[in-house]
Amino acid sequence: MTIVSRNDLLKVAEEAKERLDSYKCRILVCSGTGCVATGSELVYKKFMEIATNAENVTVDFNTCGGEHPIGVKHTGCQGVCELGPLVRIQKGDKVVQYVKVKLEECQEIFEKSVLDDQVLEDFLYKQDGITYEGPDDIPFIAKQTRITLANCGKYDALSLEEYIASGGFTALQKAMFEMTREEVAEEIEKSGLRGRGGGGFPTGRKWKQVMRQKETTRYVVCNGDEGDPGAFMDGSVMEGDPYALLEGMIIGAHTVSARDGYIYVRAEYPNSVSRLHHAIDELEKNNLLGENILGTDFSFHVHINRGAGAFVCGEGSALTASIEGNRGMPRVKPPRTVEKGLWEKPTVLNNVETFALVPKIVKNGSDWYRGYGTEGSPGTKTFSLTGSIQNTGLIEVPMGATLREIIYDVGGGLKGGTKFKAVQIGGPSGGCLTSEHLDVPLDFDSVKKYGAIIGSGGLVVMDENTCMVEVARFFMGFTQRESCGKCVPCREGTQRMLEILEKIIQGKGEMEDLDRLEELAEMVKSMALCGLGKSAPLPVLSTLKLFREEYEEHIRDHKCRAKVCEAMRQFLINEENCKGCGKCAKKCPVGAITGEKKQPYHIDDSLCIKCGACKDNCAFDAVYIEA
Amino acid sequence: MLDQSYYAKADEIIEHYGRKAGSLIPIMQDIQGAYRYLPGELLSYVAKEIGVREAKAYSVATFYENFSFEPKGKYIIKVCDGTACHVRKSGPILDVLFKELGLNKKKHTTDDMVFTVETVSCLGACGLAPTLMVNEQVYPCMTPEKAIELIEELRGESV
Repeated sequence: MTIVSRNDLLKVAEEAKERLDSYKCRILVCSGTGCVATGSELVYKKFMEIATNAENVTVDFNTCGGEHPIGVKHTGCQGVCELGPLVRIQKGDKVVQYVKVKLEECQEIFEKSVLDDQVLEDFLYKQDGITYEGPDDIPFIAKQTRITLANCGKYDALSLEEYIASGGFTALQKAMFEMTREEVAEEIEKSGLRGRGGGGFPTGRKWKQVMRQKETTRYVVCNGDEGDPGAFMDGSVMEGDPYALLEGMIIGAHTVSARDGYIYVRAEYPNSVSRLHHAIDELEKNNLLGENILGTDFSFHVHINRGAGAFVCGEGSALTASIEGNRGMPRVKPPRTVEKGLWEKPTVLNNVETFALVPKIVKNGSDWYRGYGTEGSPGTKTFSLTGSIQNTGLIEVPMGATLREIIYDVGGGLKGGTKFKAVQIGGPSGGCLTSEHLDVPLDFDSVKKYGAIIGSGGLVVMDENTCMVEVARFFMGFTQRESCGKCVPCREGTQRMLEILEKIIQGKGEMEDLDRLEELAEMVKSMALCGLGKSAPLPVLSTLKLFREEYEEHIRDHKCRAKVCEAMRQFLINEENCKGCGKCAKKCPVGAITGEKKQPYHIDDSLCIKCGACKDNCAFDAVYIEA
Repeated sequence: MLDQSYYAKADEIIEHYGRKAGSLIPIMQDIQGAYRYLPGELLSYVAKEIGVREAKAYSVATFYENFSFEPKGKYIIKVCDGTACHVRKSGPILDVLFKELGLNKKKHTTDDMVFTVETVSCLGACGLAPTLMVNEQVYPCMTPEKAIELIEELRGESV
């Protein structure tokens, strides 16, 4: 198909929709990073092999409409990574979802659920004695509001035809043929869409600022350098709905009159890079990217730049420096990116999630979008929910949802029924919220009041087995390692803060260290050059404020109540309980446990790496930790 | 002295991205992709070819964590130490790999050039923490024991 006019696009959409509807059955295999890790690619190949060899079955989309067409598709991340590989069997509106699908189960699923209409009870998801057939019935999904992720899991992430058949590019048509550029920017501004990368700056206003510049060479850049550890929302969108992201960028480029666009993807996401490359190739082949898009004088090209392992490149001016081929170091602002961004030209720089939302807002209007979320932060937000929680994964909830709803309704409570201690929100630039904040609405402005930020949306749940001092050290270690070294407050300040935290963890801290830590934190916060430096001390300040007694215990009593800090704990074997079975010695990865059969075993503390394998594997509760 | 084939490969990559300063990072990435490290001589050559000062090319290469002037092993194991993995005890996995392979924070590659062990800040598979990546494949829900089994399996493959 070559699409050189609006009519072509409408025709292609109609034909594609017809073919999509003519499928007798579609086998949708999740191919998010999580499911691929659990083997979904092999499951996909297995289904492909079975379907291709089956009699009277066609699997090719283009010859669809023939007899018994069956599709085997790669879809985007559905969010429930722990249940992977996930397979959906879709027949018209009826969808059955199988979880943890094994290779040897594929044949049975194909025969009974694809060719026939049986539902295989054994492979369905079960929770609290209830069996769930459809993916949207699972409480984890049912309690969410999915806008950005609406299509992740529902169609072939790689197929342009399926994207178009599902309503893709209607927003672009509307933006190009039914609205002026100013109206598009106005609509985005009215929707209240705020940058999803963490900054929360109004997107429409940013676009208008670029439109006002005298310079006519302008760029559109998408920030896919999702560097926050514990966050994978953007990766899931790039993998799972690449055409939506690209359509958003094309609309943005048309609105601000840019000819070139760049997507900066972090190096650790090879899946995202290859899917985006594929999607760009497809769009170029079909004239939806390139010269004279839809027969107009609008031309736009998209390039992909891979990151090279520098967290700081998530910062706007560092990111553009990196695309230019320089060290990714932030610069002093102003001038801001909208005035002098990439190659000193006006640049629209938005995050993946933000761009992916643009087509939906243009298509459905700003009022529709404002129907979700709060007055100041409309819409929804994706979070990656991880840590000590029952259901880990990718979630999307309306802005203003409370922690309680996220943790207990969507997340299913804490893992193993342990006691909730805190969530770390916003990654290394964020802070903690504790049980007293469980009913605070999560939106850009409310969270700030409590010393944390929404950030890009990493949400790590921590229970009583997490040491908050160690968490602070972990984040400090991260920001110190990733400090680009340009400004002294961040380069030296984070180093000194890290040293103090390490001293405390080793049991060598003094009470005065806490004051020094606070003083340094305030200094870095107020004096660092870029946003990343300024927010680097937040995890320390937040834990110091909320968990000061834990710091004091480490210093005064040499005690780590979570029994995490190595210097303050020792693994021991209770001689009365030990039956001398030798399982711990066998499980010990470093050979630190010795003993005679049927006699109590012994742990050599000098060899022990405190991994806990012995404790986890002891059937007699003989291994204990002394803190 | 590097073999002539290295320069031929570099030429091919340079042609692909174009002789301009902005191509520096993607060129270095592809060279590293081909040889699992960035040979210093080749970087000097690339700098000259695309019209970038040698000092600038080195300053860029040393800034980014992914570039390595040291050859890496056949299997590059990246242990994820992102927040989710850290909270679910990724530390002992790294410890056990270091111990098993005789490596440490300063020495990342085994003498037989089979294994390189590094940490990475997040692999984006947080739902399956703790994770690690061998070359481009992600392994979910790791434990110290599973890490040892994986090493043994890879050793078997590499013989």
